[in-house]
Amino acid sequence: MIAAAQTRTLAPEALDAAAAELLESGGRMQMAWALVPPGTRHPELCYLAAPGPRRPFVVWRLSPQGAEVPSLARRTPLLSWYEREITDLFSVRFTDHPEPAPLVLHAGADPPCPVLDPHCRAEAVPFAQVPPKFPAVSGDVQLLPFGPVRADVVESARFFFFYIGEHILHYQPQLFFKHRGMEQTFQGRDPGPAVVLAERVSGVGSCAHALAYCQAVEAAAGSEVPLRARRLRVLLAELERLYNHLHYFGQLADTTTLKVGQAQGRLLEEQAKQINARLTGSRLLRGLLVPGGLRRDLAIDRALVRELGVLRGETVGYVRMLEQTTSYRDRLHDTGVLDAATAFDQGATGPVERASGLDRDLRRDHPYAAYEDNGLRVPMERAGDAYARARVRAREIDVSFDLILRLLPQLAAEGPIRGDCRPAPGAEGLGWTESPRGSLYYAVHCDDEGRLARVKIKSPSYSNWRVFPYTVHESNMMDYAINEASFGLTIAGCDR
Amino acid sequence: MVMWSWFGLHRGKATTGWPRPGGDDGQAGVLGMPRFDPQCCRTGCRECIAVCPSAALRPAPPGSEPPLRIDYGRCLGCQLCVEACPEGALSPSGDWAFGVTRREDLQWQRAVESSAGQALGQRVAALRRSLHIRHLDAGSCNGCESELQALSNPFYNLHRLGIFFTASPRFADLLLVTGPVTAPMREPLRTTYQAMPEPRLVMASGTCAVSGGAVAGSYNSGCGVDQWLPVDLYLPGCPPNPAALIEGLLVLLERIPQRVKGGRLER
Repeated sequence: MIAAAQTRTLAPEALDAAAAELLESGGRMQMAWALVPPGTRHPELCYLAAPGPRRPFVVWRLSPQGAEVPSLARRTPLLSWYEREITDLFSVRFTDHPEPAPLVLHAGADPPCPVLDPHCRAEAVPFAQVPPKFPAVSGDVQLLPFGPVRADVVESARFFFFYIGEHILHYQPQLFFKHRGMEQTFQGRDPGPAVVLAERVSGVGSCAHALAYCQAVEAAAGSEVPLRARRLRVLLAELERLYNHLHYFGQLADTTTLKVGQAQGRLLEEQAKQINARLTGSRLLRGLLVPGGLRRDLAIDRALVRELGVLRGETVGYVRMLEQTTSYRDRLHDTGVLDAATAFDQGATGPVERASGLDRDLRRDHPYAAYEDNGLRVPMERAGDAYARARVRAREIDVSFDLILRLLPQLAAEGPIRGDCRPAPGAEGLGWTESPRGSLYYAVHCDDEGRLARVKIKSPSYSNWRVFPYTVHESNMMDYAINEASFGLTIAGCDR
Repeated sequence: MVMWSWFGLHRGKATTGWPRPGGDDGQAGVLGMPRFDPQCCRTGCRECIAVCPSAALRPAPPGSEPPLRIDYGRCLGCQLCVEACPEGALSPSGDWAFGVTRREDLQWQRAVESSAGQALGQRVAALRRSLHIRHLDAGSCNGCESELQALSNPFYNLHRLGIFFTASPRFADLLLVTGPVTAPMREPLRTTYQAMPEPRLVMASGTCAVSGGAVAGSYNSGCGVDQWLPVDLYLPGCPPNPAALIEGLLVLLERIPQRVKGGRLER
């Protein structure tokens, strides 16, 4: 029984009908994961279904007992990657999968046993690099492999471009070079201190990850978080959104070759990080969240209010100047168009889906922390191009500042910041946040001693990397960097 | 475009004078590695060892004084030990500038022997005042990249120190590696290093690159860069902030002296 969600037990043969029914009624699948429950030998599957806004999540549970499971990837394509990952890590087979290639473990990895099965004691997976195989190209078509070590200070991934001249015919990213096995590092740990690991899944999403993890553990333990801690959590989560969105605009200005615009975006991001450090001791907002509340209280002083006010003024002016720059707008309009149907089917999330007309935001639709009491506007666009994605983020910066300034007076009153939180043996919980990049889920399963047996992490970039190539096929090389920047992806969060 | 030029001129200089004396390093409030006071560590309670997520704190052999061993090369700066210690032996600090040329210097020691002993000087002499860096992400959480990217922002403006990032390893003097070196990144790490001309230097940047940090020992993670390449500078931190990165680079170039010895920052 996963706390914070309803449970529905399904037989493998009932899976497809259940998915069809969910889609029919306007719902959407969110993720799928596997675990080997304590005391058993065979993996069990869990699917997270979202029937709709303000309606509780439903976890479908399945015990295939080692048999093959019907693939849902044709009915709901966003599940394709989850199924492939389950095959890589648990050796569960899916019948009739449309893309049955390895995903998180690269070709050449040879695990002696399913690596996330607690009975498997493999310390390091033997690995021999195997170059990916592609159909031979001929005529004017050329194949450009790019990465994993790329120009500039960026994360590692390899991209394959099939192109003629400037025209990209097909684009194939190869990710998971950075797959660290983060989910395994949680196993066997005490749920309290393990929050430090959640903070290190995706550095620029430290707070969102820690918050989703804490909320999953709190759901498992059935514990209450004091109001002041919930409000401070909102403050931290919105400060994280601010520096991430500012980074995003610096990046967009860079790819549209606005040198001063790039410098100003980077400078504003630096100012936001320095505010983070003075408030919390960490530029990435680490070291504060813990299951049950916060590790220590924060002093909200006048200086913070003043600094945020200055940052807001400069940010508003900066975004307005970008908007007034025709060369910038020209490069974004009609670049990397993502239509609403593809966004829905392939699982786009966050500002990316909201720019394609899908009106979803976990802060409003499934409120947590103190979002319920702070009425949230959710900016929307419909065009689905890079400009729409930038517009959504620009307006989200405004919403975040509004939210923070409304919150600060509420934080004047002192109060407790930490409650008891200790999950019972065998407890399970689900936690979620709307991170700067979109929906983030943690599922936590405890063992017989209340320690972590399995932690599943669904990061927003895992969803959006799946979607991104659909906007690159049949586009052109000159727009690629702008399009990639407009998605605001991280690789660490995706690869874990 | 005219608008941006005007804005740039009007906005003026944003770059700090640091590391010149009196300059702002930009790290007000940043928490660094916990400081250890052996005088206060009396009962041998091991509370800190129990909470440390990356085995930076380990029990010392029975009868040793103090009863624990500290390896700052594994420290995430998460402050859990500081909160757990009932005796106040571990206290929060702003000690984040932890770049060292020898791995042993990150281990806490009661007595510090002062021999510098490395042939680094001869190799950096050839580079002296200018340095070109090829960054390589070998499985970081992207926290390190976030701070490395900050080096190029107008506040730190790394170029003013004669230090540049370069796209090609052929032009690079230094390979700056982040992340624990995951299995699929081993080969790219090796080929990138091989593509660099001599003299070439390697910097393990961030606790993951120094020791594997919190993810050491998982099925796909490594235990740091020095498993695979000779390392000239170790800079733990999770992540090292931009000022720590600059200090580390200047220590590597022998433009400033190394301040950390025996796991302690000389102040």
